[in-house]
Amino acid sequence: MTARDPDEVNGVSGAHATSGGHDPDEGGHFGPYGGRFMPEALISAQDELAEEYDKARNDPEFVAELDRLLRDYAGRPSPLTEAERFGAHAGGARVLLKREDLNHTGSHKINNVLGQALLVKRMGKRRVIAETGAGQHGVATATACALLDLDCVVYMGATDTERQALNVARMRLLGAEVRPVNTGSATLKDAINEALRDWVTNVADTHYLLGTAAGSHPFPLMVRNLHKVIGQEAREQVLRSTGELPDAVLACVGGGSNAIGVFHGFVDDPGVRLIGMEAGGHGLESGEHGAALTSGTPGTLHGARSYLLQDEDGQIAEAYSISAGLDYPGVGPEHAWLADSGRAEYRAVTDEEAMEAFKLLSRTEGIIPAIESAHALAGALRLGRELGPEAVLLVNLSGRGDKDMDTAAHYFGLVPEAGITGEDQQ
Amino acid sequence: MSLEDVFRTCAEQRRAALIGYLPAGFPTMPESVELLEAMVRGDGATPGCDIVEVGLPYSDPVMDGPTIQAASGQALRNGFRVRRLFDAVSAVAAAGAAPVVMSYWNPIHRYGPDAFAEDLRAAGGFGLITPDLIPEEAGEWSAASNRHGLDRIFLVAPSSSERRLALTAEAGSGFLYAASVMGVTGARDSVSGSARELVRRTREHTSLPIGVGLGVRNAEHAAEVGEFADGVIVGSAFITRAEREGATGVGAFAGELARGLRAEPASTVDR
Repeated sequence: MTARDPDEVNGVSGAHATSGGHDPDEGGHFGPYGGRFMPEALISAQDELAEEYDKARNDPEFVAELDRLLRDYAGRPSPLTEAERFGAHAGGARVLLKREDLNHTGSHKINNVLGQALLVKRMGKRRVIAETGAGQHGVATATACALLDLDCVVYMGATDTERQALNVARMRLLGAEVRPVNTGSATLKDAINEALRDWVTNVADTHYLLGTAAGSHPFPLMVRNLHKVIGQEAREQVLRSTGELPDAVLACVGGGSNAIGVFHGFVDDPGVRLIGMEAGGHGLESGEHGAALTSGTPGTLHGARSYLLQDEDGQIAEAYSISAGLDYPGVGPEHAWLADSGRAEYRAVTDEEAMEAFKLLSRTEGIIPAIESAHALAGALRLGRELGPEAVLLVNLSGRGDKDMDTAAHYFGLVPEAGITGEDQQ
Repeated sequence: MSLEDVFRTCAEQRRAALIGYLPAGFPTMPESVELLEAMVRGDGATPGCDIVEVGLPYSDPVMDGPTIQAASGQALRNGFRVRRLFDAVSAVAAAGAAPVVMSYWNPIHRYGPDAFAEDLRAAGGFGLITPDLIPEEAGEWSAASNRHGLDRIFLVAPSSSERRLALTAEAGSGFLYAASVMGVTGARDSVSGSARELVRRTREHTSLPIGVGLGVRNAEHAAEVGEFADGVIVGSAFITRAEREGATGVGAFAGELARGLRAEPASTVDR
C-alpha cells in the first residue's frame, strides 16, 4: 500500500474516529472521509433516510422480513467452496470461495437492494431510481422493485448499455425503465450524476437506491451493513471448514460494496489481512485504470470525501477497466479510512492478470466468475505464491460471469465476431 | 465595497439586484471575458448586472442542467484551467460589478481552500457560492474565508427544514441563495410559486439579503422575482443568449433584465 501523507487529507480532523460497531459519526464521517458534500435540496431527504434506516435496523419486524427475503428469495446463506485445483496455481494455498455468484440475480448486489427496497416501502415512497455500470446493480434493483411493486428507473452510461446489452434487456423485462446517459464519459460516474439530478427534482416521492458503499451519509453505512451478512456467514463457514480463521480475505474494489461486506466479518480479527483488489486496467503507469486507492488522491465526489482519480485542478478523471463494474474513479469512504489506518491493504491488478485468473477459475473449477471478481482471484494467485501452501485465503466471489461472456469471448478469441449476440447467449 | 453595500444601494433604488452567471472560459477564455464584461455593461441604455457569478467549470456538475453542463464542458475542452478563473474575476471587478465565484467543492479542495481564498480576494472577488458544500462540511472554507475577508454564500431549498434554514442563515454571509424549485439549473417557462414561499420562510430566520435562482428566463420573470427577493439570479438564459448572439446579445439581455427590475412593481410588497 502506498504510504499516506496525513497533510494530504485537508481538513476534518481524525476526531471523528469510528466508534462502537465501526459506525461513522453522526455526520457520516469515517475518520476524515465520508460526510455529505451534497446539494442542500437533498439534505432533508438524507436526514429522513438516515432516521428511517436507524429505526428499521432496530425493528425486529423489519430485520425478520429482510432475513426471510434473503433466505427464501435470494438463496442465502451462499455456500463456501474450496477451490483445490485453482489453489494449486496459487502456490498451493487453500483457496476458499464465498459464493455470492450463486445468489438470485447472480451477485452480492441483491443483499443491498432487498434491504433498501423494504425501506422504500416503509418510507411510503413508490418510485425508485438507481444507477448501474455493469448492469448487476440495475438488474438487482429492477428485481427487487418487481417483487415489491415499486416503479423503477435505472440510469446507465450509454457506453455501458452497449457493452452490457443483455442486462439492459433483463432490466426492461423486469419492468424497469432504462435511461441511457450520454453526458460526460457516458459511464458509471455520469449515470450517478444523472440519477442525482433526478433525485434533486423528484425527492418527495423518489428513493435513490445507491448500489455501492459510496455516496453521502447514510449510504456508505447502510450499504455496508446490508452486505455485512457476507462476512458474517463466511467467518462461520471458514471456521467450520478449516478450524481456523483465514490468513487473508480478498475482494475486488470498485465502489467497494462487496469488499466492505466481507471485510466486516473479520475487521475485529487483527490476524486476518483484509486485501482489496482494484482495477489496474492497462497498468497504473498507463494512466488508464480504476485504482482510486492505490493511485488516487483525497477529494469529494458524489457526496463524500474519499480517494479519487482527479487531475491537479480537481477535475474528475475518467476511470478505465475491462470490467464495467470497476470502471469508477472513486471508492467508498470507509475503504479510504481502512487504507489510511492500515487495517486493510489495497493493490491493483491489470486487465491481463484478471483475465488470466478468469480463465483459470473456469478451467480448474468449472466456475465462470464475474470479471470484477476475477480481480480478487488474481490477487489470491499472487498472495498464495507469496505465502505458500500453509496459507488459507478467502476470496469473495462477488458475481458470476454470464454478463461478461461477450467481453471474454472477444478477449480470448473464442468465437467468430459475428457469432456473439445476446440471443446466442440465452 | 462589499456585497452588503451592493444590496443596500439596490434597496435604496427600490429594486432587486441583478445577478448574472456565466462559466469562466466559455466558450474560450478571451471570449468569456468579453461576455462577462458585456453582462456588467448592459445595453448602453441600462447598465447590466450588479453582481456576477463567475462559474468554475467542473467535470461533474450535479446541480446543473444540460445548458450549463454543456457550456462548462466546452470551456474544459478548450483548455480552461482553474488558475485562469482569477483573470475572469478581475475582469468583472474592473468592469464595475461585484464578482463572486460559484464552484463545486472539489476543485477548491484540490487548489487548497486558503490559497483559493487568497487568490480570489487578490483578484477582487467578494465571495463564493458552493452548491455542494453545506455549512456542516464547510469548516475549512469558513476558516479560509474569514482569514481573507470573503463572503460564504450557501443555498437554501424548498425542502430545507426550519432548523436547516436557521443553521444555513447563521453560517452564511453576503446573501443567501434560494434555489427556487426542486431541481437543477435551467431556464423554465414560469416562476415557481415555491420561490416566494421559500423567501418568506427564509426571512423569518435572517436579515441577510436573499437571491433567487433556478429558472429565471426573461425580464418578466426577473421583475416578478424582484418583487419579493433582494436579488434575481439568471444563468442558463445568459448562456443561451451568448451562444446565439455573443457579447452583444449578452449586453442586450442584461439591459432587458435590469430594466425589468427597475420598472415600478405591479404590486407593492414589503422587502
